[in-house]
Amino acid sequence: MAVKVLKPGLSTTVQDLGRPGYYHIGIPISGGMDRFALRCANMLVGNKEGLAVLEAVFMGPELIFNADATVAVTGGELPPKVNGEARATWTSFKVKKGDVLSFDFLKKGARAYIAISGGIDVPVLLGSRSTYTLGALGGFKGRKLAEGDTLKIGKGRGAKEGRSIPEKLRRGPGSPAELRMLPGLYWHRITADAGKHFLDDTWKVAPEADRIGYRFKGGRKIEFVDRVPPFGAGSDPSNIVDACYPYGSIQIPSGTEPIVLHRDAVSGGGYFMVGAVVSVDMDLIGQLQPHTPVRFVEVTMVQALKARKDRAKILEKIRNIT
Amino acid sequence: MSKEILSPLPGTFYRKPAPDKPNFKSEGDTIAVGDVIGIIEVMKSFNEVKADKAGKIEKFVADNEEPVMAGQPLLELS
Repeated sequence: MAVKVLKPGLSTTVQDLGRPGYYHIGIPISGGMDRFALRCANMLVGNKEGLAVLEAVFMGPELIFNADATVAVTGGELPPKVNGEARATWTSFKVKKGDVLSFDFLKKGARAYIAISGGIDVPVLLGSRSTYTLGALGGFKGRKLAEGDTLKIGKGRGAKEGRSIPEKLRRGPGSPAELRMLPGLYWHRITADAGKHFLDDTWKVAPEADRIGYRFKGGRKIEFVDRVPPFGAGSDPSNIVDACYPYGSIQIPSGTEPIVLHRDAVSGGGYFMVGAVVSVDMDLIGQLQPHTPVRFVEVTMVQALKARKDRAKILEKIRNIT
Repeated sequence: MSKEILSPLPGTFYRKPAPDKPNFKSEGDTIAVGDVIGIIEVMKSFNEVKADKAGKIEKFVADNEEPVMAGQPLLELS
């Protein structure tokens, strides 16, 4: 079975849970920006949680099916339509041979996950089907989808129609979105006042935010503690001797605009990191539109691990009902 | 009721192709389906907004460099 791309949307890519294990040699982890929604989409259509789906950002694609299948759309509120007729999000529905799947305007969030029973069957590269567009690696020919592409779909019986995830178990950012963060190794580089501003100020998502990193604007400038730059560090006060950048780390080049590194980020460099966003809130970042207000909320390691455990429980609940 | 052209994307709306260039379209212009009426900047890319309806531009509802949401009206047609 196959699906043909009639219209690609803005930037629609094949993603699964990612490509961990190669970050230390410069290959980012990639995978869905909102992996909770990605897992849910797969479960709704009867797939294994980690099969490849389509991640559509801000704008849906238009696809034509050459065989019957079960489909589910989760994540941001991007209402699907079959032959122009509305379908619910976070709910499985059937698509027949010859049907066209399209989308209404984005109502909420930023990224939708489109799962098709059987999963998108692209070659597995370094253990994953995810697309890393900057490196032209994985996914469909290492790039975002284009008009006329034909995607092979794996074999899968597909779940029945109407399988749904209750609204209280779905997840999206509030307004302002609250991103929990753990202060990191370089927190001492900024002044006590700057640390307070960073957490007190409301930031806004910059339009250039993408899969590599999310940039935030609008907070007060971060002031640094004076120092003599160590050997190997650049002269800007935000420079450090090159170090590894963890997934979720928050750098603030020259103290102006914080950037949270996301799934397609570079793995190292010379900017200090003020801390890292806790893993479970990385999904929320994937759903932030430009200009959305955001606050960073400081947590301890104990709180961060508790948040991860709580999220795992919700996922387990969903596994039991799908 | 007047017809509207809606923004397909969230981002920053621009009425002109470059800061030193004139607007794509002005109020009172007659536009055809497929005409470029502006640009939306998002994720480091600039995406042309093409008219999906024809008509005469009554007024622009979104200003140059204004942040817009997907589905938000950009202009009204008479």
